[in-house]
Amino acid sequence: MDSDLIVQILFAAVKTGTPLLFIALGEVICEKSGILNLGQEGMMLMGAVVGFLAAYSTGNMGFGVLAAMIMGSTMSLIFAVLVLQLGANQVATGLALTIFGTGLSAFVGAGFVGQTIQGFPPIAIPLLSDIPYLGRILFNHDILVYFSFGMTAVLFYVVNKTRIGLTLKAVGENPNAANAIGIPVLKVRYLAIMFGGAMAGISGAYMSLVYTPMWVENMTAGRGWIALALVVFASWRIGRIMLGAYLFGLASIMHLVLQGMGWSISPNLLAMLPYVATVVVMVIISADHFKEKLLAPRSLGKPFDPRNMA
Amino acid sequence: MIRIQARTEPSSLMKVASPLLAILLTLIFGGILFSAIGKSPSQALHVLLIAPLADSYNIGEMFVKMGPLLLCAVGLSLCYRANMWNIGAEGQLLAGALGGSAMALYFIDSDSALALPITLLAGIASGMIWAAVPTFLKLRFNSNLILTTIMFNYIALYLLIWAVHGPLRDPQGFGFPESAMFTDATLLPTLFENSRIHLGIVFAILSGIIGWFILSKTHLGFQIRVFGADEPAARYAGFNSKKLSWFVMLFAGSLAGLAGVSETIGPIGQLVPNVSPGYGYSAIIVAYLGRLHPLGAIIAAVFMAVIYMGGDLAQIEMGIPVAVVSMFQGILLFFLLACDFFINNRLSFSNQATN
Repeated sequence: MDSDLIVQILFAAVKTGTPLLFIALGEVICEKSGILNLGQEGMMLMGAVVGFLAAYSTGNMGFGVLAAMIMGSTMSLIFAVLVLQLGANQVATGLALTIFGTGLSAFVGAGFVGQTIQGFPPIAIPLLSDIPYLGRILFNHDILVYFSFGMTAVLFYVVNKTRIGLTLKAVGENPNAANAIGIPVLKVRYLAIMFGGAMAGISGAYMSLVYTPMWVENMTAGRGWIALALVVFASWRIGRIMLGAYLFGLASIMHLVLQGMGWSISPNLLAMLPYVATVVVMVIISADHFKEKLLAPRSLGKPFDPRNMA
Repeated sequence: MIRIQARTEPSSLMKVASPLLAILLTLIFGGILFSAIGKSPSQALHVLLIAPLADSYNIGEMFVKMGPLLLCAVGLSLCYRANMWNIGAEGQLLAGALGGSAMALYFIDSDSALALPITLLAGIASGMIWAAVPTFLKLRFNSNLILTTIMFNYIALYLLIWAVHGPLRDPQGFGFPESAMFTDATLLPTLFENSRIHLGIVFAILSGIIGWFILSKTHLGFQIRVFGADEPAARYAGFNSKKLSWFVMLFAGSLAGLAGVSETIGPIGQLVPNVSPGYGYSAIIVAYLGRLHPLGAIIAAVFMAVIYMGGDLAQIEMGIPVAVVSMFQGILLFFLLACDFFINNRLSFSNQATN
């Protein structure tokens, strides 16, 4: 394989990994507050359809992205109220959100299937895009990819270096103790869940505005679920999520790569690759039981009721 | 003022009333939604709920859809009781359809009396295998069952699509991604004339009764219930959690596999790419709506099958996208979870605030 092809493959891996990066960043913040939201796929689909409709009808791509984020957040608010206010089971509520979002997005988008839009144009960043190899892989993308870079850096800083990050982790590790020292646990969790929703929304918008760019029913094809695995893979660390997203991105385009190399494997078998890779990776990561226990937020998935604290 | 108060005892009335209340709220929501998109709410609800039961053909179709929903939901009820978050009924169903169809094609020129039972067993075994792998990965490597079972749903789907494009494609099928039509030796007999109701519905109702028997009348079922209610207590009592996990997962996998093979050798009659309109996912809601009780699942499956039928009719008669079905399913589960809050809490009306 010549270097030009490798550069093209890695460029595509970054592009394919970007929606995974967005949604996994949102989910990791949510999980750090102790909440497991399995509604990612539903929120992402709603972000995809609403982002597409908004951009299609206004002609303004930025407006589409904004609408997708607001939609994702609104969806996550349903989850938040049920889980935080009514103490509903997080697994069941998340599943309901995914089923609801799958149906609602297909319902809303039914009249727009097959329409296409222009999509965000690629912007080559001056100087950086001239770096040999790396420039073409990383700095020749659309604006949302750069936004995902910035978002990763900001979240890395906020989670690891600021008081906000400390508060978030305190709530996720031990909500009772956090409550005792006066941290508003439910408020922190509301914000974390809604941030996750907004990121799922933008991730969906990336699919419908940049990646395809059009709206198709169920177009996210399980990326919301893969993102949940990605968070486990990254051991809840921001930096590793970025790396993991691009690795998963690479796995999802492997079928194109292998076909390009002249392998004659059925495209349907190769389409399984990202899902098989996800299972394999999860097995490898989780096999070390002790390590995962150490890394996962300790209250993850467990309800917290401040009324029991009196 | 209205305050929320924790009940001292969980309300057994609310446990039963909550699903009914959730259904009522979903219907009200549906009515509002239909008027919002300019359709007559009464007509829409009539098409969704009444029309599916209006004539004998439709009732038959309702039972056809109820079968796979119920088979999957009974298995899931036991899984969720034992805290095994199996989201993989869809994949287990597809695996059963695939394995069973391969066997049915093997028997395509046969008239052996054993062809049908062997085909059914092949479907059941395939579903079990599809449930066994994530179970093994969880128990041996501690991997997250929710995520592995979901991934296995996608893997099963692509495996099935590959099979109908490749090894199982009908050579005389003009290149369509479908298997050959199965022959009488492997087709499930229908129960009535002029109806597609087949033996699958009998399997489904039996599975509900067997599930109920296991859960309520056996020591194994007792262990599952204790495990779900209080895991530390179950461990303290020395219950073997691995054995329970294996049992509920293989039970669920075999039922979902049976559902899958029954679809292909029942109403469909061949293997096609879209064997299931999401039965395995809807079964999660059926299981919850039925209070994770196998007999409750029978009632919930009837309701869900009506909604499926109604969705088809609403698309044909009113041009409402069929996606409305999964939207309603999601809303139904939202309302159910919200109503369940009042099992352990109640509203109290009083004029004075207490400390």
